[in-house]
Amino acid sequence: MAHVALADRGQALSHPHSFITKYVWSQDHKVIAIQYGITAIAVGVVALVLSGIMRLQLGFPDTFSFIQPSEYYQFVTMHGMIMVIYLLTALFLGGFGNYLIPLMVGARDMVFPYLNMLSYWVYLLSVIILMSSFFVTGGPTGAGWTLYPPQAIMFGTPGAEWGIILMLLSLFVFIIAFTMGGLNYVTTVLQARTRGMTLMRMPLSVWGIFTATVLGLLAFPALLVSAIMMTLDRVLGTSFFMPAMVSMGEQTNYDGGSPVLFQHLFWFFGHPEVYIVALPAFGIVSDLLSTHARKNIFGYRMMVWAIVGIGGLSFIVWAHHMYVSGMNPYFGFFFATTTLIIAVPTAIKVYNWVLTLWRGNIHLNTPMLFAIGFIFTFIHGGLTGIFLGNVVVDLPLSDTYFVVAHFHMVMGVSPILVVFGAIYHWYPKITGKMFDATLGKAHFWLTFLGTYSIYLPMHYLGFLGVPRRYFAYEGIDFIPQSALDLNTAITISALFVAVVQIIFFYNMIWSLFKGKQAGSNPWGATTLEWQTPDTPPIHGNWGPELPVVHRWAYDYSVPGAEEDFIPQNVPESEVDKAAS
Amino acid sequence: MSDIGSTTGAVLAEGMPGIVDDWSADKEAFHVPWGKAMMWIFLLSDTFIFSCFLTSYMNVRMSTTVPWPNPSEVFALTIFGNHMPLILIAIMTFILITSSGTMAMAVNFGYRKDRVKTAILMLATAAFGVSFVGMQAFEWTKLIEDGVRPWGNPFGADQFGATFFMITGFHGLHVTGGVIYLSIIAFKVYRGDYDKSNNYEAVEIAGLYWHFVDLVWVFIFAFFYLW
Ligand code: HEM
Ligand SMILES: [Cu+2]
Repeated sequence: MAHVALADRGQALSHPHSFITKYVWSQDHKVIAIQYGITAIAVGVVALVLSGIMRLQLGFPDTFSFIQPSEYYQFVTMHGMIMVIYLLTALFLGGFGNYLIPLMVGARDMVFPYLNMLSYWVYLLSVIILMSSFFVTGGPTGAGWTLYPPQAIMFGTPGAEWGIILMLLSLFVFIIAFTMGGLNYVTTVLQARTRGMTLMRMPLSVWGIFTATVLGLLAFPALLVSAIMMTLDRVLGTSFFMPAMVSMGEQTNYDGGSPVLFQHLFWFFGHPEVYIVALPAFGIVSDLLSTHARKNIFGYRMMVWAIVGIGGLSFIVWAHHMYVSGMNPYFGFFFATTTLIIAVPTAIKVYNWVLTLWRGNIHLNTPMLFAIGFIFTFIHGGLTGIFLGNVVVDLPLSDTYFVVAHFHMVMGVSPILVVFGAIYHWYPKITGKMFDATLGKAHFWLTFLGTYSIYLPMHYLGFLGVPRRYFAYEGIDFIPQSALDLNTAITISALFVAVVQIIFFYNMIWSLFKGKQAGSNPWGATTLEWQTPDTPPIHGNWGPELPVVHRWAYDYSVPGAEEDFIPQNVPESEVDKAAS
Repeated sequence: MSDIGSTTGAVLAEGMPGIVDDWSADKEAFHVPWGKAMMWIFLLSDTFIFSCFLTSYMNVRMSTTVPWPNPSEVFALTIFGNHMPLILIAIMTFILITSSGTMAMAVNFGYRKDRVKTAILMLATAAFGVSFVGMQAFEWTKLIEDGVRPWGNPFGADQFGATFFMITGFHGLHVTGGVIYLSIIAFKVYRGDYDKSNNYEAVEIAGLYWHFVDLVWVFIFAFFYLW
């Protein structure tokens, strides 16, 4: 069967004209991306407010009567789950994935726009279900974002009435939404690139998002299955995860289930999830560094293989979260080894970022500041990860504030810095306007230094043995007064950082109306999204002809070239003409 | 080291580097329509779902302290006074495998753009699917009459009923979804939609899904009834 490549087919995109079809039920990947982005950031603000409330309690115990222990648990749980899944996963893949993939590979849209649109609406539904758990009897679940059974579904845990059911349902719906979007992202990258855009010419942003999506498609199944099984345990009284137990003086009806099975399933999802959040950040940060240092990325091929290698390895390290679960000690040996192996490609990436900066022509634009900030926080969180990857070091540190500090550095602060950097970087393309650079830089410095003053002291608390997920620490002998004072200081920083984000929102909204026109390529970037005929790009992205790609994405400061960058769609002949 | 791996040379690279070159060619990594690629990726993801289900099943079955019920006893039927272990399940499996055959024929006629035969064979496949689900309903009813419940049963470990209803139920939903999917495509075939676009790939994509659902059944069958 003769078969025409997708990129060569004249695609009949429907061009809707009414407001509703253009901006609400839109099938345009750019509109869907913005819908995803705004929704994700909105729930992210909820999670930020929750963390502020938790910090108030920890910093000023006994001051706020509206925070009781069960509320504290509920806030911890919702904060963690929202941040990891509903903010970061949705924002990187649904937001940046949707916006960047078709533009960067030179396609007119995702391969299946209708399914892509559904993906957003189903995601919104999952968010609504999650938020509704704040308003039901008993409130949201307080099981911790890891939802470990048996306690997650036992009465006595806050939210055991409805909260846990809504949480599991919401995750189920989220996974459906993610799958609909994810199939689109993967297939678009594989099958719908424009002429000349080989896989090895794709910008690293696309590589990161693509690999993360593949991880998601293979890891979310484990969460889906465990959510189904836990729902059955809770609703029908099956005993998948529930051993025989006595609760409140009475023998429960459960019998013979395995709580450790849940932990395996959860972390088989949970560890790749860390990389679902990290790999897009890796990719995007590579592009930001290269563009703003006016230098090609160091070791492009190595970077690609490192992304793919990390993606593969991330499936065989999950039980490093379970050293204290009582599993067979030999497992600990195996998983510690794989965990340390995964540090190798990760370290390669860090070296390559630093080497990209070396002798570059560094422009400290706002996105660049965030990208460099990311290198710091990521190295920091990565190093503590090596501590925790070793069984003997993890045993005393597990479930302390050292762990809280570690994962906030590596998968909280680092990806969030990239999110900010990426928003500043692509804002001129998305809106056509330039943001206010002074406010942007102020936002960076206050956020960067502020988060350090939150999380650096937490390592010290962890060494003292201060346990995580505690409502109050008064009257515990081994915790000195100085640790409690430190908690007050951390809280002040946390509230400060939270308030500082207002600068960001103000800047984004103000610039939308009052910002200067940005022009089509303000950073002088090489990748295709900056070469669109219109800014912001219209539905269909390109004019009558798709762009043709002649080179990789990193031709910066090429000797003899007219400018210090050569866009991907400029043929060799034109460069020679300019040089002669 | 030889320089076979060079991507610039006119000679096609062999072995691993050749595969890499091939995959990183421009436009398309796989020379198939995008719908087919997307279905394959979806099925890969779905494979992980079923693998998680079956691994969990093996895990609870091995770790439970109460003996597991004997499947050939639980799943036996008495027909005309003859006690026949696993008879119903044998018929169900046979039906599902037959339906894969009719589906393959539908795809074949799809290639030849034979509108009517394709539609009829797809509907036949869907009908086999319906009878499979019907028999599954019968089997569930019988087990429930015998006292098997998701939370317990008279024959042994509680997890028997739990895993059985959950996994066969999840698979049954896949079959039901497949029946609806096939019927819709069959209707479109019959209406001539694919003659207009001169492109029957939708039939083949539906076929992929259907064969996958059958294949999964073989595993479920082996793990639940033969172990
Ligand atoms: C200014 C920003 C943030 C602050 C002040 C903050 C604060 C906190 C606090 C106080 C806890 C509870 C610690 C405990 O009692 O055990 C926590 C837990 C957590 N946070 Fe954050 N956080 C912030 C941002 C983030 C981000 C961006 C992420 C994204 C990955 C994140 C992920 C988590 C997770 C996964 C937990 C664990 C929840 C659990 O124990 O179930 N946080 N955070
Ligand atoms: Cu991990």
